[in-house]
Amino acid sequence: MTTNERKYTPDHEWITVDGDIATIGITAYAADRLGDVVFIELPEAGADVAGGTVVGEIESTKSVGELFAPVDGTVIEVNTAAIDEPAIVNRDPLGDGWLIRVRFTALPDLLDADQYAALVSR
Amino acid sequence: MSASASERLSPLHAVHVAAGASFTDFAGWQMPVRYTSDLAEHHAVRTAAGIFDLSHMAEIAVRGTGAAAALDYALAGRLSALAIGQAKYSLLLTPDGGIVDDVVVYRLADDDFLVVANASNRGAAVQELTDRAVAFDARVVDESDATALIAVQGPGSRGILDRVTALDAGTPLAELRYYRVTSARFADRPVLIARTGYTGEDGFELYVPVDVAESLWTAIVQAGAGSGLVPAGLASRDTLRLEAGMPLYGSELGRDIFPAQAGLGRVVNLAKDTDFVGRHASENGPDAVARVLVGLASEGRRAGRAGYPVYASGDTEAVMEALEGAVDPAGIVTSGALSPTLGHPIAMAYVDPAVARPGTTVYIDVRGTRIPATVVPLPFYTRAS
Repeated sequence: MTTNERKYTPDHEWITVDGDIATIGITAYAADRLGDVVFIELPEAGADVAGGTVVGEIESTKSVGELFAPVDGTVIEVNTAAIDEPAIVNRDPLGDGWLIRVRFTALPDLLDADQYAALVSR
Repeated sequence: MSASASERLSPLHAVHVAAGASFTDFAGWQMPVRYTSDLAEHHAVRTAAGIFDLSHMAEIAVRGTGAAAALDYALAGRLSALAIGQAKYSLLLTPDGGIVDDVVVYRLADDDFLVVANASNRGAAVQELTDRAVAFDARVVDESDATALIAVQGPGSRGILDRVTALDAGTPLAELRYYRVTSARFADRPVLIARTGYTGEDGFELYVPVDVAESLWTAIVQAGAGSGLVPAGLASRDTLRLEAGMPLYGSELGRDIFPAQAGLGRVVNLAKDTDFVGRHASENGPDAVARVLVGLASEGRRAGRAGYPVYASGDTEAVMEALEGAVDPAGIVTSGALSPTLGHPIAMAYVDPAVARPGTTVYIDVRGTRIPATVVPLPFYTRAS
C-alpha cells in the first residue's frame, strides 16, 4: 500500500506511509502546545517498537511530551537533524521535523485529517 | 478553544489575541503563555526588553492613619520604616509561621500603602489583611478589578519608557532607583511606575486604570519597536524568574513552608519591636532537619521538573533496595528547566540539610534515570551591573 495521505493518532502524532515504511512526527497542534522544543530523545535505528508504547521524549522549556509508537515494527531511521536542532520540530513539524521511520507489520486504525481536527477543536 | 464563563480575561485580552498569543489558565485567568517563541521572548528580556501583562495580580490598598501599624502587624517586615516612594518585598505569614503569600508593598504616602499579591492568593490576602487590620485605623480595599499591571523588563526598558511621550512620570525614570515607585500620568489618568520586577533584569512595573491599559500597552509597544521590545508570556516569565532564583508561590512557597527554609529568613524581621502574625512560630523556626531550598545545576539537556525526587546516591532504586532496603529521596524538585541563558539544566529543590551544602552532588530522578546535579548558590543568573 502506498498513500501520501497523512493520518493521525489521538496522541497527537502524524503518520505517512510508503509501502511498509511509516514516517512519524508530532502534529503542529502538539508542537504549539509544547512551546519551544529543546531536547528530543528517540530510539536507535534497529530498535523494535510496540504500538502504543512510549519510545521517545520531546521536551520543551515548559514541559515534557512522550512519543508513542503508533505501530508495531522496527525503527529504520531517526531524524538526527531534529536531535541536533530540536527547534526544527516547531518550525516544520509536518516536514523537516519528522522524528522516526518504522518498518511496520500492520497499520492500526488511524484518524484522518478531519477526525483529528475535530479531536483538537473540542 | 473558547474561554468558559469561569475564566477571567485581562483588560488587555483583545491585544493579546490580535498579537497571536497562546493562552494558559493561570489562577482562573486566561493569560498569554507565549506569543511566538518562549525562548525568543526570554532572550529578548535578557538582551533588549519584553512587555508582560500581569493584570491577573492583586492590588490591595491599605489606607488610614493606622495603615503602617496595621501592616507591621499583618506582615513579616517593618513596613512603617518605608520612606514614601519606597517598595519592599514581604510575607504574609500564618500564625504557625508558614507563608500565606509573598507580596510587594509600596508606600505611596504616609497613610497610603499598596500591597501587590499573587492572583492565586487574592482572596486569602484580602481576607487576612482585612482581619488583621481590624484593631487599627486602616481600611483595606481590593482594587484589583480596577487595576491593570504592565511590566516592561530588560536592559532597554528605561529608554523605551522614556520615549512614551504621553507618559508623564513624577520622577524622571533615570533617577528612579531600584525598588522605588513614582506617580505618573497617562491620558490624564493616574499611573504608578515602580522599578521592580520578577525577571532578574532592570525593569519597571506600571499600575494603570483598566480603561487606559490598552492605549498604554500600545504606546509602549510602539516606543519599543526599534529597540527589540517584544510581548512576552508567562512561559518566559517563569524561566526568567527561575534563572534569577526567585521563588514562586505554589512551587517554592506555601503554608507548610517556613521563610527560613526558602532562604527568606531575612524577610522576617524579628528585631521589630511590635508583635506580628507568625512571630512566635518564626522565633522558634523550622526543625533543624527541615528541608531547605537549594539551586541545582546539571550537565546535558534533560531538566529536572517540579515533583521529581532528588536522591543522595546515583545508584538505582533496585540496587539500593537489594543492599539496604528502600531508600527515601533526599529532596524534591520544585521548579526546573533547561536554562535558556546558561544552556544547561537548572532547578530549585527542597533537600535535606545533609545534602544542602554548595558543591554537594545529588541525583535528580528524571523519569527513571538519575541525573547528577551539583548544589549551587542562588541565583543562577545575575545581570552585569
